[in-house]
Amino acid sequence: MNNLRRNVLKGAGATTVVSVAVMAGLLKPGMALANWNKAGFEAKDLNAALASIGGGGAVASGDVSVKAPDIAENGAVVPVEISSRIAGTESIGIVAEKNALPLIADFKLMNGAEGFVSTRIKMGSTSNVTAIVKAGGKVYRASKEVKVTIGGCGG
Amino acid sequence: MAEPMRIRASMVGGAADVKCLMNHPMENGLRKDAKTGQMVPAHHIITVTATLGGRQVLDAQWGGGLSKNPYLHFRVAGAKSGDTVSVTWVDNTGAKRTDEAKVG
Repeated sequence: MNNLRRNVLKGAGATTVVSVAVMAGLLKPGMALANWNKAGFEAKDLNAALASIGGGGAVASGDVSVKAPDIAENGAVVPVEISSRIAGTESIGIVAEKNALPLIADFKLMNGAEGFVSTRIKMGSTSNVTAIVKAGGKVYRASKEVKVTIGGCGG
Repeated sequence: MAEPMRIRASMVGGAADVKCLMNHPMENGLRKDAKTGQMVPAHHIITVTATLGGRQVLDAQWGGGLSKNPYLHFRVAGAKSGDTVSVTWVDNTGAKRTDEAKVG
């Protein structure tokens, strides 16, 4: 019990050090962002977020499935599993359509990685979770609605 | 500074089934601190890469929309028991962490 308390305190201390360092300009938030899709992840508009990962003209596909709960009691932790049965799946993007920042993640898969990704996301309100799958130069999509009882995006 | 990840990899039907749990606050920059009323600055993982047996299998970009202490599960075909899987994350402050596990 006491060990846990120590860890929690240490964790809090470490976070503070990082934020202080950021404020003091020692760590520039932009310095690791070289290849990061900043425009997409900071886009508040769904279409801009989709366009940033090349998902603008995606075609609905029954070979892509989005597995997520029908009702999420806690929007801070919503399990989402995307699987694609399309041969040669190259990437899987995850978008929570009504989040303040809709683009969640974009996974590029290579060298045998299968068309499957499972993770946990934050959702601010009831919304579609959409997967954008790229394979063989084509773009596919699939969605699943998740009803969120308590939003988990803060603000 | 960053806490280690937990990685578990096992063979399932001819593919390596990799599950990892990372330690990270994943602040999206949209949340107010309940005590101070100040916005909590964004502090989240932005890239995750993984290799299996030395070849890159995953190159992911993340926003702040993943849950705190993120969970990631993926599968890689053509793997064998004993291969090393290595996962690296980098966050928006430049902090990074790499951890490895053997496919069981």
